[in-house]
Amino acid sequence: MSSGTILARAFSRAGYCVFATNEYPSLIRGGHNIVTVRIATREIHALEGVVDILMALNQETVDLHKQELHDGSIVVFDPKDYDWQASDFSNKPVLVPVPLRGLVEQGAGEPVMRNTIALGVTVGLLGVDFILVESVIHDQFTKKGDEVVRRNLAFARSGYDFVKTNLPALQGCHIAPTTKKEDVLVLSGSEAVGLGAVRAGMRFAAIYPMTPINSLITFLADHAKELRIVYKQPEDEIAGINMAIGASIAGVRSMVATSGGGFALMVEGLSLAGMVEAPLVIDLGMRVGPATGMPTWTEQGELQFVIHAGHGEFPRVVLAPADAAEAYTLTIEAFQLADKYQVPVFLLTDKYINESQWCVPKTHFQGDVLLDRGKIAQTEALASDVSFSRYSLGNDDGISPRSFPGQKHGQYFANSYEHNEVGHVSEEPMNRKAMVQKRLKKLSAMSRDILPPSVYGDPEAGVTCVTWGSTRGPVLEALERVGFAVGGTRVNVVHFSWIYPFPAAQAAALLSKSTRIIDVEQNATGQLSSLIREHTGILIQEKLLKYDGRPFFPEEILDKVQSVK
Amino acid sequence: MTITADSFKTGYLPTWCPGCGDYGIWMSLKNALGELSIGPDDGLIVYGIGCHGNMYDWMRTYGFIGLHGRALPVAQGAKLANHRLPVIVVSGDGDCLGEGGNHFIHAAKRNPDINVIIHDNQVYGLTTGQASPTAKAGFKTKSTPEGVVDEPMNPLTLAIVSGATFVARGFAGDPLGLTKLMVEAVRHKGFSVLDVLQPCVTFDKVHTYGWYRSRLYSLSASDYAPTDKLRALTKAVEWGDHIPVGIFYREEKPTSEDREPALAEGPLVSQRESQGNLDSLLEEFQ
Repeated sequence: MSSGTILARAFSRAGYCVFATNEYPSLIRGGHNIVTVRIATREIHALEGVVDILMALNQETVDLHKQELHDGSIVVFDPKDYDWQASDFSNKPVLVPVPLRGLVEQGAGEPVMRNTIALGVTVGLLGVDFILVESVIHDQFTKKGDEVVRRNLAFARSGYDFVKTNLPALQGCHIAPTTKKEDVLVLSGSEAVGLGAVRAGMRFAAIYPMTPINSLITFLADHAKELRIVYKQPEDEIAGINMAIGASIAGVRSMVATSGGGFALMVEGLSLAGMVEAPLVIDLGMRVGPATGMPTWTEQGELQFVIHAGHGEFPRVVLAPADAAEAYTLTIEAFQLADKYQVPVFLLTDKYINESQWCVPKTHFQGDVLLDRGKIAQTEALASDVSFSRYSLGNDDGISPRSFPGQKHGQYFANSYEHNEVGHVSEEPMNRKAMVQKRLKKLSAMSRDILPPSVYGDPEAGVTCVTWGSTRGPVLEALERVGFAVGGTRVNVVHFSWIYPFPAAQAAALLSKSTRIIDVEQNATGQLSSLIREHTGILIQEKLLKYDGRPFFPEEILDKVQSVK
Repeated sequence: MTITADSFKTGYLPTWCPGCGDYGIWMSLKNALGELSIGPDDGLIVYGIGCHGNMYDWMRTYGFIGLHGRALPVAQGAKLANHRLPVIVVSGDGDCLGEGGNHFIHAAKRNPDINVIIHDNQVYGLTTGQASPTAKAGFKTKSTPEGVVDEPMNPLTLAIVSGATFVARGFAGDPLGLTKLMVEAVRHKGFSVLDVLQPCVTFDKVHTYGWYRSRLYSLSASDYAPTDKLRALTKAVEWGDHIPVGIFYREEKPTSEDREPALAEGPLVSQRESQGNLDSLLEEFQ
């Protein structure tokens, strides 16, 4: 999504809030690919259902998106693709023919350069100065050499100049001026997870390629040397999680990332991490299932899966970021919790979060993080009489200090069999019971760290939308539009970032105030609502569920909220 | 402190069947670690699941008893986290070549500085006697009452073609010879595979100590140099009346750890208390 990124970063540098998302089929090349960039002078959380400027690089794009246009939307197209006429549209868009192919030929470029020309045209139509996009093009392509920079600038310029020369009346008709307040980054959710992991001192990641977490791999592999981390591509996800557990036991913060199908292979290893009490962070980028599903589309279908995955009973934490900013902070939190409780911690992300591009103030990523590695055995305190009890039962919170292989007098066995305090196998009934209790005690200990659900709008509102993960964005966008009220009734959002152990008391307190609760989820069965029912007894009758692979639009939320119950 | 076989005592006694080949492998490993001065706190042994994997209970070193077939990935993760730590994998033919076959091939391809010892007895002893991937055609087991019909896997040829840089075969009934091979294998910088022929005295009445002893011969330094891959493959497929043991193939190549630029300044684990520095990165996203 290079052109989309450049456009987003150009406007972000000028002080606008931007959001970009991509849609593409599961093909290496071809098919209908789009990137949608939204630019605003206020903070935004999602896309809209309408399109102001449609930049069509082929006929199909207009065919597929003309219903999203409104009267006055601009349609840029190359008459060589298809000579669109006003009569082809049920609404009244402004038709702007631009000879994209002709401009490519004039500059002796490849057909792909139409993207860059289109970028210049867009900037021209929005009426901002070319220098805005010039600096971003320079920074984006400078690694590829001066010639690449020069050519990209030339093609962008030709599109920009075409608008200046031929379409003076259209300039500047769509965007209000703004001023820059602070440095802002434009990055994907995957990249935010990567930044969070690095900030948290993550040293080892074993990730088998899978949509939608591939840009996390790119980020880690590109920076492995300077950051002193190892990214290893394993032969499969089974190897990946076992490698990460090995690195964790050896003493470093480690992680895996995958999507649902890859995680299915990791489930055996998850259970191993639970048994040997290995800290581990698992980034699960959900996409449309079951099986191979629709690999490049978004869904929230794995909430119940991650809570219940793994044979046997053992504790875990499940966190679900709503956007890139939260992906960064919750990734750091995930590593801290994993070490503190010596458990696997999930980051439940999705395709929409991972591959969309979000604007986040730079300062968000700049604070120091004080690493808390949890309970670590200190070598000087270890007795030389071979008595170190890695899985000591003498802790109320179930967490026992760990040693690392190579540490003097810290010898123990990390054992996938049920074991005693040293790690020797034990099938003795009293030991078994004590070890199960030791591990499960952590669940209650975690209650002191639980992040309660966030409330947006009036906590006393009569109508509540329940969200988790990426559905927060479109719901907030919708409710901000109507001032968090519908027909005189106040509406709020109760949003869950901390999914498990479920914040039952806090959820019950918040939800019991509402007379109407609407569960908004990107799956077909309302998985969070089942969790709420299980832990609070509250039965949510109204559900807005979307499972066609496309993210929610604010308009769909408003339709539901405004509908008579 | 001098490391001897006694340094590894745990107070637990072996539960293997009397006469099991595992005893010879265990004894050899203790002696080899003693000779290499790798004491209980100095290295990590990663075990799979099978009769072999029960060894840790009477083998006091840092131990990781993983899932069936998954010892090699755990070992590689630990090695990358702390590449100065000696890491040895104790595995079996079912664990390493059945459930863990893919991991074995890819470990060989990467050449981590890890030594894997395969307890190769042609049967699944812990589940009371089914055929393993190395079971020879015709061998009758609980899962193959009419005799094994598939071709057996050959751990040596598989290791050689997959890229292992040290490939050897030993015999559990020859602890002295096996100890020497283990010392060589652990000293080798790279992925070393030591396949150990081992009688299962309970579920295999064919491949007894006597059966092996009458057939085994050593690859002698005088007429075999383990430097030629094709010649090594030819030797590795010899089976029947004459079965070679010894070092089949050896070469020096950069290891998996050598190829990680992040490890050039020391083990990752030495950085375990420090947060990452993002200062140079953030501008990329602006």
